[in-house]
Amino acid sequence: MAALELHSIAKAYGRVSVLHDISLAVADGEFVVLVGPSGCGKSTLLRVIAGLESASDGQIRLDGQDVTRLAAAERGLAMVFQSYALYPHMSVRQNIAFALENMRLPKAEIARRVQSASEMLRLEPYLERRPGALSGGQRQRVAIGRAIVRDPKIFLFDEPLSNLDAELRVATRKELAALHARIGGTMIYVTHDQVEAMTLANRIVVLRAGRIEQIGTPLELYNQPCNEFVAGFIGSPRMNFIPVTAAEAGQVQVGAARFALAAAGALAAGDKATLGIRPEHIDLAPQGGDLEVEVNLIEQLGGETFVYGVLGDGSEVTMRSEGQSAIKRGDKVGISLQRQHVHLFGADGLALR
Amino acid sequence: MMSPLALLRQRRNPGRIGFSDVLAYIYLAVGVFLMFGPVVWLVLSSFKTRSNLDEFPPTFLPLAQQSVAVKGYDSKLPLYNVTMPDGSKRVLAQVRRIGVISQLVDPAAPQTIIKVNMDKRTALRHLGLDWHNYEHPLRHFNFGRYLWNSVFVTVVATLVTLLINSMAAYALSIHEFRGKNFFLVAVIATLMVPITIILVPVFVVVNEIGLDNSLWAVILPGAATPTGVFLLRQYMLTMPRELIEAARMDKASEWQIYARIVMPLALPALAVLTIFSVMWRWNEFLWPLVVLSKSETYTLQIGLNAFQGDLQTQWNYLLAMTVVALIPIALVFVFLQRFITSGIANTGMK
Repeated sequence: MAALELHSIAKAYGRVSVLHDISLAVADGEFVVLVGPSGCGKSTLLRVIAGLESASDGQIRLDGQDVTRLAAAERGLAMVFQSYALYPHMSVRQNIAFALENMRLPKAEIARRVQSASEMLRLEPYLERRPGALSGGQRQRVAIGRAIVRDPKIFLFDEPLSNLDAELRVATRKELAALHARIGGTMIYVTHDQVEAMTLANRIVVLRAGRIEQIGTPLELYNQPCNEFVAGFIGSPRMNFIPVTAAEAGQVQVGAARFALAAAGALAAGDKATLGIRPEHIDLAPQGGDLEVEVNLIEQLGGETFVYGVLGDGSEVTMRSEGQSAIKRGDKVGISLQRQHVHLFGADGLALR
Repeated sequence: MMSPLALLRQRRNPGRIGFSDVLAYIYLAVGVFLMFGPVVWLVLSSFKTRSNLDEFPPTFLPLAQQSVAVKGYDSKLPLYNVTMPDGSKRVLAQVRRIGVISQLVDPAAPQTIIKVNMDKRTALRHLGLDWHNYEHPLRHFNFGRYLWNSVFVTVVATLVTLLINSMAAYALSIHEFRGKNFFLVAVIATLMVPITIILVPVFVVVNEIGLDNSLWAVILPGAATPTGVFLLRQYMLTMPRELIEAARMDKASEWQIYARIVMPLALPALAVLTIFSVMWRWNEFLWPLVVLSKSETYTLQIGLNAFQGDLQTQWNYLLAMTVVALIPIALVFVFLQRFITSGIANTGMK
């Protein structure tokens, strides 16, 4: 197990810059998730850490040791690929043992490690099969097994669940969390799915266009997103954004409605800003409320209800309420925003506090 | 796999013969005739005696003169159907022929000689395979040696070709190094240069090394075929990149990636290259003709050439040895046919 430090990592392919000035410290035993929309450079960053791509600039340190110029094989990391990348012509046992054979471990040691990994991942019945004869979930476990037996310094996961169906994804997610709890390794995990990020991570790193937007625990990102992008990326359904204008000190104006917000103190009268509020922090208010919404879609899930509507100024709003609702399409309903959960973002997108 | 009978009974609409069926079968029949006819003709002719070969019009089947041992004559005498002056027909053995008069005897009563005009007799022949055509060259012309030389050249050259080409292809597709594109262009550029152009310089090189009149002179110059390198490289490029990266993460060296990951996965392309290499090497003519001048180093193709003299050609031996030369390559096709079709489809090579 090892700690990882990245110091101002940059990566460019010719003139195209993919990563800019990435600095990050991952503690020993930590589970860090790199998350971001596709094309944000998260997979590239993982490959730079793995040594499959070389960094154009910056330094990578493993346990304090500079490994920036070391080849992938010498860094002692293990990677689980999105496609699993199992060797199709080898049996499961050979797949798992391949790295150990390359490390020239004694036969008995190889057998022992393969045995314990396959027990842990419930792969024993399939050891003699080829990957082609396995289901998606089983292949996934073989790929993880191939990483575990090496006893690597850091586990790297590149969107490992994206090829699984929804049900299996949830199950495997739980297994991964349990695995981390059991072996306690340092893990770096790339995904574009914010639910995976929220459920698995000790800390989440949100990336956009090759830059780190915010680093924090899942709840920090949820509760205190530092800008509009992170606020919109974390949380499902996504946060509502309503354009507002600062009225007098501490007050914002939305259409005809005007109400006080602590964060608005920093704004001068007439400044444009964006109000952010999560669907679960909007209450339906039969009498009055802050704003009025015209409902255009309702999703009844039994345990909860999602109400989609449009404000007077045309901005769309999603609301989530517990239980079931009698509201119908076309109804006009009042809503009130839970003041302590309102976020305010300045014209530059940064959060105002 | 469909049985041949079931295959022949295929119809576009099961149960009835339609217009398209008729056309298809006519087309196929013509195809079979065009492709297979010459081969059948060759095989049948290879069993004909020299006189049978020289006949005009030619016979389709190999026919041999029937002969019989007659008391009082040392060698066997040929049998003829003879029309006697009285119109009756008899089977007689010919002792000799003088001018247009044939002297015959009855095998049962060999004392009396019967003289008949030669157009009154026709040879009594039966379907006979003349194995002599095969036996003689294999025994006396060292054709067994040529066959062995050909097999040696083909097998060794194919193995060397596979090894060298696959390593080059690995370097040009998977291994990362400076100047990769330059080398790729260099390889592709040499694709365009036929052996006839560089025949003389290569011959000089081979001669200087002292390889002339050795089978290695045939094997080595053609071992690195640009076609093979290109074919394997294109195939290796289609291998998932992540597989190679996984092996790199698994601490595999470049040699291990080549030997344990890439080669097993490139088997379909290797099979195609094997087939092509065997065909090229087996049928290779010009280069061996240039470098091999001693009879004991001849390959089959060069040996066959020796039957064709300036003044006369020994057709019976030539045909028989052509059949011998065909057999191995035909067997390769029969057994590897599955790989040929799927491999060519996969690699886009024709």
